[in-house]
Amino acid sequence: MQSIAIKNDPAVQYLLRIGDTVLVLAQRLAEWTGHAPVLEEDIALANMALDLVGQARAVLTRAGELEGAGHDEDQLAFLRDERDYRNVTLVELPRGDFAVTVLRNAMMATFLRLLWDELRHSSDAELAAIAGKALKEARYHQQHAADWVVRLGQGTDESARRMGAAVELLWRYSAELFDSDAVEDHAAHTGLGPRWSELVDAWEAEMHALLGEAGVDLPAASTFRSGGKRGVHSEHMGYLLADMQYLQRAYPGGVW
Amino acid sequence: MVSAVLASRVERAWAALDEVPDPEVPALSVRDLGIVRDVVDHGAELEVVLTPTYSGCPATEVIERGVLDALHAQGLGPARATLRRAPAWTTDWISAEGRRKLHEYGIAPPGPADAEGYQPVRIVRRQPAIACPRCGSAHTERTSAFGSTACKALYRCLDCLEPFEYFKPI
Repeated sequence: MQSIAIKNDPAVQYLLRIGDTVLVLAQRLAEWTGHAPVLEEDIALANMALDLVGQARAVLTRAGELEGAGHDEDQLAFLRDERDYRNVTLVELPRGDFAVTVLRNAMMATFLRLLWDELRHSSDAELAAIAGKALKEARYHQQHAADWVVRLGQGTDESARRMGAAVELLWRYSAELFDSDAVEDHAAHTGLGPRWSELVDAWEAEMHALLGEAGVDLPAASTFRSGGKRGVHSEHMGYLLADMQYLQRAYPGGVW
Repeated sequence: MVSAVLASRVERAWAALDEVPDPEVPALSVRDLGIVRDVVDHGAELEVVLTPTYSGCPATEVIERGVLDALHAQGLGPARATLRRAPAWTTDWISAEGRRKLHEYGIAPPGPADAEGYQPVRIVRRQPAIACPRCGSAHTERTSAFGSTACKALYRCLDCLEPFEYFKPI
């Protein structure tokens, strides 16, 4: 099945950053199904993945409408090549151990809650409506992930060690979230949504409070910048897409 | 049944929607759940406006089909279902009748949504006391933040020792 190409329109790119970020995070969370440490968390991770997939469907549908090239949610999710995905790199990293998973969930849910809250005032009525619903879901995800970060950080020596290692691994990818560029400038000017750099202070305040409670030290600032938002992904992205896209590529147009 | 004969198409549609169960919580009708926001008679066709519960609720499409089937069965078609996302659905829209049915079914009905709505995340959290739908005791504990469907959490009563579900307020 041939890949589709996406118009380089800033509004479409802005929506793809949101839609792809929740889609790829959902894909990573779904990998836990049947593998989580306890049944309750298996259910929790699958539930959160389901919310995120629902959000992705709505945002990608809207992106397709704005693009105006006739691409629907499925074509956008399954028929693009790696460079056309605009998710932040943080969400595509392997799921790691449970500490990596819950820390990433806490980082992303905190970020998404702040972003959806702003997007409720989007000049695009459909995006504003999607945000109104997603905000409630993100809040519940954030609370759940935050509980686990504290529980692992304050748990046994082993769980604290793993939470420390997770922070060491993931923290440097957070800079990309707040690295704004022309796509986000355009969104801010048209009222589509905020520059993500505007969310950094609130995000850091919440994350620092959480990690402080968990008793985990923050790593020193790093100059490392990942580039997923601009389509430059980590070495893990191709494998993730191969897994995620296999069915639609092998059986084009297949539906449930 | 003079009243039934005189009832408008819209009134008859609302009555028919009372009989359409939510596929995941069949104790409730889609009307009890508060997801039917409007029924509009356009003459040629009837429009039913639905607001989904959760972004990823897999029941949305089944509900749409159930609604249209019920209207056709009552001879009220042709009908179409449209989706309205805003304002977002809240558990506050579950009717009093719906809350009574939930309780009877063994699911603790949701508290007011604002109580949990937009307050900041608390790192050390006190769970609200949820009354056991079986024995009424408020001496309960949460066993899982997520349950068999997106809309519920799992609890256990520490007095009668029965597990039960809680409809999360959103």
